[in-house]
Amino acid sequence: MSTEAVVSIRNLNKSFGDNHVLRGIDLEVQRGEVVCIIGPSGSGKSTLLRCVNMLETPSHGTVVVLGNDLTDLDTDLDAARAQIGMVFQSFNLFPHMSVLDNVCVAQQKVLKRSSTDAQKIGRQLLERVGLSEKESAFPAQLSGGQQQRVAIARALAMNPQVMLFDEATSALDPELVGEVLNVMRGLADEGMTMLVVTHEMGFAANVASRVVFMDGGVIVEQGSPAQVIHSPKEERTRAFLSNVQQH
Amino acid sequence: MAISKRKRAQYIRFGVYALSIALVVAVVLIVDWSRLQGAMFRWDLVKKQFPGLLTTAARNTIIFTILGFAGGLALGLFLALLRLSRARAYRWFAATYIEIFRGIPLVVTLLILGFGIPIAFQWQWPNPYLRGAVPLALVAAAYMAETIRAGIQAVPQGQMEAARSLGMSYSRAMATVIIPQAMRIIIPPLTNEFVLLIKDTSLISILGVTEGTIDLARYGRNGVFDSANSTPLIVAGLAYLVMTLPLTQLVAYMERRQKASGR
Repeated sequence: MSTEAVVSIRNLNKSFGDNHVLRGIDLEVQRGEVVCIIGPSGSGKSTLLRCVNMLETPSHGTVVVLGNDLTDLDTDLDAARAQIGMVFQSFNLFPHMSVLDNVCVAQQKVLKRSSTDAQKIGRQLLERVGLSEKESAFPAQLSGGQQQRVAIARALAMNPQVMLFDEATSALDPELVGEVLNVMRGLADEGMTMLVVTHEMGFAANVASRVVFMDGGVIVEQGSPAQVIHSPKEERTRAFLSNVQQH
Repeated sequence: MAISKRKRAQYIRFGVYALSIALVVAVVLIVDWSRLQGAMFRWDLVKKQFPGLLTTAARNTIIFTILGFAGGLALGLFLALLRLSRARAYRWFAATYIEIFRGIPLVVTLLILGFGIPIAFQWQWPNPYLRGAVPLALVAAAYMAETIRAGIQAVPQGQMEAARSLGMSYSRAMATVIIPQAMRIIIPPLTNEFVLLIKDTSLISILGVTEGTIDLARYGRNGVFDSANSTPLIVAGLAYLVMTLPLTQLVAYMERRQKASGR
């Protein structure tokens, strides 16, 4: 694995009013790495992820993605975001567009692909997430798991260099979680660089190249899944994991 | 006397029905129908309203309405976007505009723009239709801006985030993702605006009208002056209903459908 930093976060701080959510995060993600961020709710992990594509503006610190400092006002954020795929907890498919249009609209409007090219790529990606037969359906007609797979295809259609997953399976019925995790696992196997905020410890243990445990707006501990999940050094990590695994 | 609440409600309902029927019967018996028809619905005068009512008056009312609505919609959308802007000065400007034009009666706005501005600036309206429709549009924009803003804000925040995360600019995301969804939400209230606008065009004639730009209400009034009979106004009123009823029914239908589809 080459050691090219795709994401490089330095001294990242984020406050919402008096609420200091991120307190000095340093994190590098190398090309091809799958970094799973775990931690209790309110620990700042989603905020951290949302700072990577500037859906939240950091209060302090730098976020460098693919060599561009996104906190620099001279950086073209739209161009940078086009290379950063994001998958949301609530899917956020465009409800007024068909599945295929959802996957094609940004290809055409942002990457200026022709509609023929966009549809060709869109259909390939829908096939890949197992939803070829749903291309003319509307999001409301799909199950949560299907919607989330369309959302992944929509993000992949932009040929992103890194994918962000913000609790992608948390809104799903338990029996639908697997189909989404399988798609994510397939992406990881192909070498996609991924930053994954998740509560799925099994996924983190089996797929992550690195696990980051956050609590109280700081990174408490990070390392291989074996280190962090199976033999955590920090008391807070142990407490969190025992709470999660009891159920 | 112990009557249960439900029984009492039933008795009251029956009482109201009986009273209503009695009232209708009394009106039918008391009113001198032939005299009423002579004063308000003479067939010969009804016929006299045509074809001018359709070819001139209704046509002009529709022209004023459409000009006012199109102008109001475009300006209203612009104001709504200013209202939602991150720049405080834009928000302030839009809020001030909306407060001013919502707070002043249309008649006053019409008179100021129709007479006051031309005198103050030694200027003339290039077209009598614009002279009536522009004030109408300026006022309609204030109302529509609030409707459109509410519609845009009803679209979940995640839609904008998803669009931006795909690399769309703010305006691109607005145009392709947010506004199409907002439109679906605001079509019923906008149709109501349209109905109000149809009726508001009846005020334009206070600016004075020529033979060619006369609207429905003024046409009816002129008819009354000519014939010393109310029939022309009744016909004009019916003509308004012919335009507004289909629209209000359409709104009711769309609202039922939206309720059924749950979005």
